[in-house]
Amino acid sequence: MAKKKSILTPEQRRATTHRLLRFAKPYIAFFIIAFIFAAASSVMAHLIPMLVGDAIDLAIGEGKVDIEAVFSLLPIMLALAVGGALLDWLVRLVGQRISASITHNIRAACIRKIQKLPLSYLDSHKSGDILSRVIADTDRLSEGLMTGIIDLYSSVIGIIVTLVFMIFINPVVAIVVGVLTPMSMLVAAFIANRTFSLFGKKSAIAAKQTAVIDEAIGGREVISLFSHEGDSLVAFDEINEEYRKTATRAVFYSSITNPATRYVNSLVYGGVALAGGLLSIASGGAISAGEISCLLTYSQNYAKPFNELSSVLAELQSSLASAMRVFEFLDAKEEETTAEISISPDSVKGELKARDVAFSYTDEAFMENIDFEASSGQRIAIVGPTGCGKTTLINLLMRFYDTTGGSICVDGKDISKISRGELRACFGMVLQDTWLSSGSVRENIAMGKPDATDEEIVAAAKAAHAHKFITRLPQGYDTLLGEDGSVLSAGQIQLLCIARVMLALPPMLILDEATSSIDTRTEIKIQDAFAEMMQGRTSFIVAHRLNTIKNADKILVMRDGKIVEQGRHDELMAKNGFYASLYGAQFKMIN
Amino acid sequence: MSKLWKYFKGYRREAVAAPFMKLLEALLELMIPLFVAQIIDVGIAEGRSEYVWQMCGLMVLFGTVGVAVSITSQYFSAKAAVGFSCAVRRDLYMRTLSLPRAESDTLGSATLLTRLTADVDRLQNGINIGLRLLLRSPFIVFGAMIMAFLNDWRIALVFLAAVPVLAVIIFVIILWGIPLFAGVQAKLDVLTCHTRDNLRGVRVIRAFRHENEQIEAFDKANDEHKKKNVFASGISALLNPLTYVIVNIAIIMLVKNGALAVDSGRISQGDLFAIYQYMTMILVELIKLANLIVTLTKSAACAERISKTLSLPVEESPDELPALQDGAPVLEFKNTSFKYRSASGDSLSDVSFSLGSGEMLGILGGTGSGKTTLIDLIPRMYDATKGEVLFCGADVKDWPIAELRRRIAVVPQSARLFSGTVAENMRWGKADATDEEIKAALFAADALGFVEEKGGLDIPVEQGGSNFSGGQRQRLTIARALVRKPQLLILDDSFSALDYATDLRVRTNIAALDYHPAIVVVSQRPSSIMDAEQILVLDAGDAVGLGTHGKLLADCDVYREIYFSQYGERGQENG
Repeated sequence: MAKKKSILTPEQRRATTHRLLRFAKPYIAFFIIAFIFAAASSVMAHLIPMLVGDAIDLAIGEGKVDIEAVFSLLPIMLALAVGGALLDWLVRLVGQRISASITHNIRAACIRKIQKLPLSYLDSHKSGDILSRVIADTDRLSEGLMTGIIDLYSSVIGIIVTLVFMIFINPVVAIVVGVLTPMSMLVAAFIANRTFSLFGKKSAIAAKQTAVIDEAIGGREVISLFSHEGDSLVAFDEINEEYRKTATRAVFYSSITNPATRYVNSLVYGGVALAGGLLSIASGGAISAGEISCLLTYSQNYAKPFNELSSVLAELQSSLASAMRVFEFLDAKEEETTAEISISPDSVKGELKARDVAFSYTDEAFMENIDFEASSGQRIAIVGPTGCGKTTLINLLMRFYDTTGGSICVDGKDISKISRGELRACFGMVLQDTWLSSGSVRENIAMGKPDATDEEIVAAAKAAHAHKFITRLPQGYDTLLGEDGSVLSAGQIQLLCIARVMLALPPMLILDEATSSIDTRTEIKIQDAFAEMMQGRTSFIVAHRLNTIKNADKILVMRDGKIVEQGRHDELMAKNGFYASLYGAQFKMIN
Repeated sequence: MSKLWKYFKGYRREAVAAPFMKLLEALLELMIPLFVAQIIDVGIAEGRSEYVWQMCGLMVLFGTVGVAVSITSQYFSAKAAVGFSCAVRRDLYMRTLSLPRAESDTLGSATLLTRLTADVDRLQNGINIGLRLLLRSPFIVFGAMIMAFLNDWRIALVFLAAVPVLAVIIFVIILWGIPLFAGVQAKLDVLTCHTRDNLRGVRVIRAFRHENEQIEAFDKANDEHKKKNVFASGISALLNPLTYVIVNIAIIMLVKNGALAVDSGRISQGDLFAIYQYMTMILVELIKLANLIVTLTKSAACAERISKTLSLPVEESPDELPALQDGAPVLEFKNTSFKYRSASGDSLSDVSFSLGSGEMLGILGGTGSGKTTLIDLIPRMYDATKGEVLFCGADVKDWPIAELRRRIAVVPQSARLFSGTVAENMRWGKADATDEEIKAALFAADALGFVEEKGGLDIPVEQGGSNFSGGQRQRLTIARALVRKPQLLILDDSFSALDYATDLRVRTNIAALDYHPAIVVVSQRPSSIMDAEQILVLDAGDAVGLGTHGKLLADCDVYREIYFSQYGERGQENG
């Protein structure tokens, strides 16, 4: 996908620039200040060669130098040099602030975007790719912006100032320089056009490579267990080689710009020397040596911004490609917000009805004809072989995914019309796939109830049988958990996830294999806490160990995306159907 | 950092040729002011138009040769820089994968990812620009100085004073910048970590409506990054204006002394022009040099970090197979203890047992009792801190690590698959496995059914196996281990996501494997390990029981408690 889009049409390029300008808009005052300072700095800087030219003209030859006049020029030059430099520094400071602010704001927009994207997007995009857009691409963009603002300004202003000064000294030579020099722009534009698509390709391959690296870093334990380092390296080498080839070309083509434009300039320089020299001879000294010196300096100064402009453009091209990848992410379709009906965890009774629910991840129907009811306070167990759709059903209840047919109602209100946040606030959830945020143990438990007191947190931890191991951690409740909670075992992470729910206690509960990593001894103890927690709360329990759900008020037996049986344990056993066979298999294991 | 030089291998010619060709170009450039001085002193003064034409012609010729040389140099440096960075990235990747767990856990995934991506990118950029300019700029600076001296040494003394002052300014600002930019990079790592967190934990974050807190935490890190970045670049932005002021002061001195020198007849008007041109040249080149050094500073900080990562210790092991004793137990722990680097006490203390060929050891224990720690010591994910772990009679530390791991197959707790096809994932177990071998393993893991249903061995596996359910992933990781036909099979709570019927099928199939591996099973369910020849009961890192189900039931309190908690007093299922 990225490959196809790496070659930008002019419209896409324009659109990307336009987006970027929107992010720049709040800083318009800074842009203006930078512009004024840059202009002043440029005028000061360009007055110096003119004064030097005057000095050279005053120094005609032995015994013919007006020393006093030359000396009177010196303090003015010093003042101009210091003032110009000071202003130049200020322009840079402002430019850096603008670029850092824009990058900062884009990143802030990215993190907000992540919260608003549908799970279908996040599940189907590699996290390494998204990471590379949020971090690496914005970084490249920031560098592009910085050179862009600082150099673009000084370039454009430099061009105007020198041109005016040159016309003032000698209009003929000024026209020669003014007309010839922009040729370097054409050369630069030609090269930039070629390199842009190459940079896009380079970015796309780099993203692919990041995805490969990300996967290997995440799975490094398995890689070493299977001594798979070698094979993993082979796959890496392939993409690394691809990157090497594309990057070499992209870097080379973009670097032709400098020598090529410099060449055009040296031609112009020669032209000025020729025109100046011949004019001086022909007119018998109407143009002085000092003026030729000044014109030559200006022609170099005049060319320099054009050169910089072209390398700036090249840099902008590459950061534009990065910007586009960032904006592509920022433009991904968000979850539609729905808030027609309001719901509050305090007043929800917890009646849940699913009517003819259907769902598919792709075009092919995955789940169909899901019908069930849960009255307030009931315990609903969901069982079935792996892959039958238990987790998908949970995804639908929490609106991580939206149904493609039928409806689910909470207290008679269609959940597709309730805001997701409000709906989710009514559910407490412990998932099979546990996750802790980086931060302290305390912060993690308090996630569902930010204003919880220490007593409440400890009580929740005790209820989840996590208090004991937490106090054994180096800093107890203040122990910082690294990425993926790496100081804790899978079971300990799960206990913390349970404590988190114990603290929040919303009116409905979802326990998806909530105790799969916990030993049975601890589990028995937690079950008591769970039982207490479920009292008066509508609960959905996904479990493989069927003995843990025998007391459920209703068991939904799923198979291949459908509910094939539902009822109480005894009823289902009496029916001697699919449930009974699942149960029998488990029972057999014990003998 | 010097150890990175070797990565220029294969690109040495380019890496040497590029700067030297730039040098040649610089040499040609240095001649230009002399031509103009000649035009002023001879052409204009004597009114000879043809002389002006000649000089201008020479200038164009020099320029043409210069551009050809320069473009070739750009190609060489692009090739060398990209080649270099790819070689570095490759080694870094390899090193990352062979870091001992203790090291890689300390660094963390986000840091490793930044090293391998953004840091290498910056390094590449630095090398590319460095190759092109690092020789050229100083050469022009000193070349212009020498040319000025040749014109008039007394005036040129100004250069001698200016250049060291410039050098000091550049040096100070850069030394100041290195730690500042390292700090900026560290903050960027924090941002990466936050973003990863948000992607990984999206379900929990949304379930707890924790979006705003996550945003706040990110914003805080983002603010800090911006603040550090603005400060660091503000300091480095001093370079250009400061050098500019110094050079202009030098020009003022030069004009003053030059005017006096012309008046005394030591130099001509053209000479004064040439000296002035050389000073301007120095200014332009020094600014380039300063910018170059800023880029190089950032790259050097990256190079430093990369090189630090590259010099972390790797897993080491002997090349030769150790002497093996016939009839030695497949696995033996002798008073083995283990302590994590950051922990205060042992996570596993004084554990001993031995497991014969074809036998099964069950490990049972509460959460955090040290079960996974024990397992990690066998394939040397960690090394025991006290006591020994013996495999086939030889200490695991005496085994070539690859050979040791080849004979062992572990099914880890988290079922992790890799993007590719099912067959590719299965061949992790055994690179040259035939389709039949793979199918047999899939069958034993009760995975053949759904794999064939989805289209067979070549169906794709997305990153992390996201296109399979948790239970399917777990069965695939079991199959991956079985493809290997290991001497020792380790199942670390590998049935947790399976329903009982599937669990039973898989275990029956494993028990019937015709090559009879020794098996270590970690489980939360006593039923999974009841049949084992030995059961090891762990409690807070201590071995509190070792024996058969019957023996433990009779004399191990912890075992009894776990067992009855699940099955009730009479060994029947607890209703």
